[in-house]
Amino acid sequence: MSLRISALEYVQEVQNGNISAEDYVSKTIEQINNVDENLHAFLQINSEAIDNARQIDKKIKSGKNVGACFGMPISIKDNICIKDSKTTCASNMLENFIAPYDATVISKLKQQDAIFVGKTNLDEFAMGLTTEFSAFGPSRNPWNLDYVPGGSSGGSAVSVSAFECLASLGSDTGGSVRNPASFCGVVGFKPTYGLISRFGLISYANSIEQIGPIARTVKDTAFILNMIAGLDPNDNTTIDNSNQDYLLGIDSGIEGKKIGIIKEMIGEGIDSAVMSATKNAISKFQGLGAVCEEVSLDMVKYSVAAYYTITATEAGSNLARYDNLRYGYDFPVEGYEFNSYISKARRKFGPEVTRRMILGGFVPSSGHAGKYFLKALKVKQKLTQEIDQLFKKYDFLIAPTVPVLPFKIGEKIDDPVALFLVDINTVTANLTGKPAISVPFEISNGLPIGIQIFANSNDDKSLLQAARALESTVKLPEVPI
Amino acid sequence: MTKIGLEIHCQLTNLESKLFCPCKANYREYEPNTNICPICIGLPGSLPRLNQKAIEKASMIAMALNCSTPEKIAFFRKNYFYPDLPKNFQITQLNIYGDTSIGGLGYTMVGEKKIRITRVQLEEDPGRLIYEGSSSKNQTTLVDYNRAGTPLVEIVTEPDFENPKQVREFLNILSDLLQNLGVSDPSLEGAMRADANVSIEGGNKVEIKNIGSFHDLEKAIHFEITRQESLYSRNIPIVQETRHWDDRRKITISARSKEEELDYRYFLEGDIPWIRIDKDTQERLQKEMPESISSKKDRYVSKYGIPAQVADVLSSDKFYSDLFEQSHNEKNAKEIANIITTDLMGLVDTREKREQSKFTSKHLEELADAIQSGKITRNSAKNALYEIVKTGKDLTQIIAELDLGNVSDESEIEKIINEVISQEPQAVEQAKKNPQTINYLVGKVMQKTKGKADPKLTLDLLKNKIK
Ligand SMILES: [Zn+2]
Repeated sequence: MSLRISALEYVQEVQNGNISAEDYVSKTIEQINNVDENLHAFLQINSEAIDNARQIDKKIKSGKNVGACFGMPISIKDNICIKDSKTTCASNMLENFIAPYDATVISKLKQQDAIFVGKTNLDEFAMGLTTEFSAFGPSRNPWNLDYVPGGSSGGSAVSVSAFECLASLGSDTGGSVRNPASFCGVVGFKPTYGLISRFGLISYANSIEQIGPIARTVKDTAFILNMIAGLDPNDNTTIDNSNQDYLLGIDSGIEGKKIGIIKEMIGEGIDSAVMSATKNAISKFQGLGAVCEEVSLDMVKYSVAAYYTITATEAGSNLARYDNLRYGYDFPVEGYEFNSYISKARRKFGPEVTRRMILGGFVPSSGHAGKYFLKALKVKQKLTQEIDQLFKKYDFLIAPTVPVLPFKIGEKIDDPVALFLVDINTVTANLTGKPAISVPFEISNGLPIGIQIFANSNDDKSLLQAARALESTVKLPEVPI
Repeated sequence: MTKIGLEIHCQLTNLESKLFCPCKANYREYEPNTNICPICIGLPGSLPRLNQKAIEKASMIAMALNCSTPEKIAFFRKNYFYPDLPKNFQITQLNIYGDTSIGGLGYTMVGEKKIRITRVQLEEDPGRLIYEGSSSKNQTTLVDYNRAGTPLVEIVTEPDFENPKQVREFLNILSDLLQNLGVSDPSLEGAMRADANVSIEGGNKVEIKNIGSFHDLEKAIHFEITRQESLYSRNIPIVQETRHWDDRRKITISARSKEEELDYRYFLEGDIPWIRIDKDTQERLQKEMPESISSKKDRYVSKYGIPAQVADVLSSDKFYSDLFEQSHNEKNAKEIANIITTDLMGLVDTREKREQSKFTSKHLEELADAIQSGKITRNSAKNALYEIVKTGKDLTQIIAELDLGNVSDESEIEKIINEVISQEPQAVEQAKKNPQTINYLVGKVMQKTKGKADPKLTLDLLKNKIK
């Protein structure tokens, strides 16, 4: 039995009785034990995973109703709460935080008999795009261990890429699902804002972030989305998707569709390999019967600045609750008054989080808000107007997910400004609330390149169809793991 | 001219749950930190879940205060660190970026004086801090989050008050209004709080915070006016500042300037989408709103001929006016209004007494009938009511047990009249000269019958006897 199958193939095999959940989950755990010492995708392994799989096998044998996952091993980014287990956000601040409840996505997957093999590594509080800002050490790219896996959902992308699970849930605030998916050669999807409940996702910049699936195929992505999307009374921002089946008609193709290539995302600073991959993708789309032309999204040049201003503001507020009073780490209060205590307690935040919190205290403050925060909101608004205008004419927009190839661990960690520019192609989907997906497309010098497709709000289903169409033209080499 | 403005905070105590979670809005009966959940103590990953009922009730308050009501409202985050604030920000409303609070400009009348309302907004109450230890050195602060997230309505007025008396009258009117709307019970401890700002002619505005009760509010305003006038008369400038009311010493003290520098970094609360309160909803709410106090009062006067003063007292207290509505009909309305305002209000004048009392609206009906049909006198009715409140027994049972039934048998009353006449020759002589004084003799008869003699019959008989 091979681990190298898709999630849907797994379901088929278990249903046909060719493999058991226990077999597959045991092999998965074995794989984790073999490779994760080097990859560091996981912060925690679920010691009951194999027992859970055995229970599900029993259920299958007894002819009882079994959920759609049939014991499928799934990994979860460690900023999503699973009841009675540690949820650390890869931060020393929450090192010992045990969530007293399940995130909505978790309860939905539990109902479908998924098995959570473990919690995956991330940049502390999802702030970063290399997973190097994890308080517990970086993850490594399975394609080349010297390279970063992308971030902030680096652990999730690595675990899917390295067969340590069949699928994963990450979170995407400015590209945190799509960026590591691109760097690790897997599929990463950021849905329309509100399609997936954020209840139980530890907030970083709540007005723009979404939980998103990471999987080995587009169909697996649609399969996971089917189980976790839709209205949730616990998240007032969720939207009613009328129980759409995202798998249904996923092979419809894109003949006759109009695709815009975003000029500002293939401009200055783009790696030549990425540029050539993008050109290849365009001809593939044309070969599939789509019409492609270059379009302009003028506000993109301000998008990263706006993104950091808005996320820092929201982060400053969302992370203010970590004052170590109600939960946290062991640090007695005796001898402190409130303000001196929390300022001392908050020193457990890592450097990147601290940087953004300081920024978040400044940009929306009175006297400066007009110059920074309110201006950023204006950029967000104008960018949304621009992209809405484009979607009147085009079905999809495309661009490379990241304009550069994966880089070496440590290469850019001391250069926050260089790192920020890696976000340029992904933040637009978050600022505008649009769905976007990264599809693995080429390997250059042994490193993956992803192509990103955008669609209009609530067109998630046709977006997956376009992604599937592109994917069908691609055959990547095996991960060297 | 002195100018006083108010900032009133009122909890929506009658709601079932808190503003953003399923915990109880009425937290008072709970042990510390037992009326809490992941949302109201701000655990990582929790999100606010808006209580739609709170939106409706707060809208009703805005409408009752004649405020403008925008069709779209929003929530904002007010960011500051304080131990009673579980998320270290408060979800509240703001009008800086357009009118997005639940109520805009409005007014309410205090007698002939119009008090303008600046805005009405909905927000979450913080937790409660309890200080232990005497000196600041060894003081410990305990936090109870049971209150955190309770729906709180903030009502801000323009500086339209000229003196503390107007402030008191306004607060009484507001308190009655909130009670009448059925949204809050202001008599609950901490359910209604107020801060004030005070300025005198030629001086800066001074805010007073930390005022525990409405009684203290009046005192604080008094103190502040006197303080400012004294500074002014000595040509000392009045600094624009925030002052705290010192409950023990009954003075205001300048708050540390640090507090004034707080920057709340307000921004839109992304976890709660904009809320639409369209025209249809506003009309529905308007219909669902209970009849206003002034409309009730007018109706009592015009329909039943109840004296204006009695109608005023009756309509402004929701407890009594509800009771009146339940028990009255066209015939007995005046009698019931009379029983409630002259007797009942004295018997159940506190919340505890109301809660312990056993009477029902049915009792009132029976009592009014008994008086109107001459079964008992008003005097006996008062005694019966006392017994009803205490025991909740049937009126007929009480009349029998306490022997309260009217003596309307002529011969029996005559017998007693004869006794009184022989015992009070002097009074009889006087009554002959001055008919006004006959009431003394009626009183004596009443005394002997323990107030049960039919007063009209007694008077007629007496007049006949001593012509
Ligand atoms: Zn709660």
